[in-house]
Amino acid sequence: MAVRPAELAVGAELRPRAGAWTALGRFFRKKPLGAAGGVLVLVMVLTALFADFIQTHDPIATDAAYTLGPPSAEHLFGTDHLGRDIYSRIVHGARVSLIVGLASTLLGSVLGGIIGLLSGYVGGKTDLIAQRVLDILQGLPLLVLAMVVSAALGPAIQNVIIAISVPIIPRAARVIRSSVLSIREMQYVEAARALGVRHLRIAFRHILPNTMGPFIVLCTAQLGSAILVEATLSFLSLGVPEPYPSWGRMLSVSATEYAQKAPHLVLFPGIAISLAVFGSNLLGDALRDVLDPRLRGA
Amino acid sequence: MKTYIAQRLGVGILTLLGMSLVIFALLRLAPGDIVDILFSTAGYVSPSEKEAIMKELGMDRPYWVQYADWLRQIVTFDLGKSYRYDLPAWQIIRPLLPVTIELAALSILVAVLLGVPTGVISAIRQDTALDYALRVVSLGGLSMPAFWLGMVIILALVSWLRWIPPLTYVSPMEDLKLHAVQFLLPALAVGYRSSALIMRITRSALLEVLREDYIRTAWAKGQTGRVVIWRHALKNAMLPVITVIGIEFAFLIGGLVVTERVFNLPGVARFLVDAILWRDYPIVQNLVMFIAIVVILANLAVDMLYGVLDPRVRYGG
Repeated sequence: MAVRPAELAVGAELRPRAGAWTALGRFFRKKPLGAAGGVLVLVMVLTALFADFIQTHDPIATDAAYTLGPPSAEHLFGTDHLGRDIYSRIVHGARVSLIVGLASTLLGSVLGGIIGLLSGYVGGKTDLIAQRVLDILQGLPLLVLAMVVSAALGPAIQNVIIAISVPIIPRAARVIRSSVLSIREMQYVEAARALGVRHLRIAFRHILPNTMGPFIVLCTAQLGSAILVEATLSFLSLGVPEPYPSWGRMLSVSATEYAQKAPHLVLFPGIAISLAVFGSNLLGDALRDVLDPRLRGA
Repeated sequence: MKTYIAQRLGVGILTLLGMSLVIFALLRLAPGDIVDILFSTAGYVSPSEKEAIMKELGMDRPYWVQYADWLRQIVTFDLGKSYRYDLPAWQIIRPLLPVTIELAALSILVAVLLGVPTGVISAIRQDTALDYALRVVSLGGLSMPAFWLGMVIILALVSWLRWIPPLTYVSPMEDLKLHAVQFLLPALAVGYRSSALIMRITRSALLEVLREDYIRTAWAKGQTGRVVIWRHALKNAMLPVITVIGIEFAFLIGGLVVTERVFNLPGVARFLVDAILWRDYPIVQNLVMFIAIVVILANLAVDMLYGVLDPRVRYGG
């Protein structure tokens, strides 16, 4: 008899738990692309954390004598139209991108997750109404919804975070709800119910921990798109306001105007955005393969 | 089938109604209205002047009256008046529509032409260096902002070919060739992103189908690889791909917003951003609503296509 993949997976879980380092080593060997993504994300996190130490100039200090300067030993990535050092601005931009990306992803995923958990657990009419409301939010293109919310709330970093998190809510709710639906029917949940455990406790203590796999996958997948949306909003001047250096805004009006004289103005911030999003996408893909076998290869 | 369509349309209309409420409420949350923005350059505006303008624009009425009025407008296909231009909105939007539709259609075309063949190649050569390379390239498409890709394309043309793409819109009547080039470049920038998604779905759907019995039968009959892949397998792998194209349609509009700006194309999407920045409520409301309607219709069309393409799909009723 052939061994089916499902049995293999069960066998794998019976193996004694390996230490964190061994697990990490296995991840690197099995998923080299995912590991590369992890390294990119790690570099971004470190850059954001230590931005003040690896900057070479003050990111918001202008220098009228040296505008649109090409990359040099003094200014690694050149200077912009106000003479600000692009390298230092990109380093600090990592901070803004990461804060906005992480905060909006978490906010959207947690809110959406709670909605998905409750609507999946309660079921019936509540579920139906929740689904219809989520349909409304999901029916609009992500960027258009974020644009309208951001414009409505006004330019401030916390408003950008809210604007980006709103479109994530329905997506998170869908993912968590679908895994709650199957977990809800499991025997250990029935046992808990038979023991008289209160509903809220069943939902949050018994079911929620088992949705963590899809949840983590969801968060990594959304992080990349959140960073992308932030860059786009800032590019359209609907995003993070001055004086925070934002990758998207660095590409905005000034860059389109001066692009021909100083291509480094366009190249470096765009490369930074692409690498950050690329890293989280690679990591998200690999994590999905590892943590969520049902979606494997999708 | 008929009851199914009726049901879907009913749900769609309810969804649109909910969306209209959300859009309306969101825009009323905004700090500062068109009057403030219109006069921020003019300096001081007396309160009485401001009141007169608000009255003229119908903004002094209670919210529910404004909302009811808007709904009546939507139902009668009256797009209202732009605060900013003092013109009927439809008059402004109509000349912009062909630009956006052409760009959207071209982008989808680029996405399918790039995405499906690469997805097939990737699936046939699963886990080879070619597969890895194609997957990395497609993931790159998902990671690059479309507007940045557009800028880089322009930059490359300018600095290597010493050719500056037309900075203003060229109509096909004037110069067909220049017009085609002008649209093909942004379509490439937008389509690359969508092609990445299509490639990924094509690959995984094809891999799944290739494991099925009837494919083994086809091989056993001695069919050539090309016939098995393109005639037997791809047909059944196309369903998820079509779903993604339907979903991508919504994303595409987001991509157009920025790309039209970068390439300076006078389209609806670019106009939407301007309208948002100007707090031109009637325009924003109607455009966002219009996008919502298009998205819902696109999804409905995709569902209908299932039944046509796959006889196994039957709708109840």
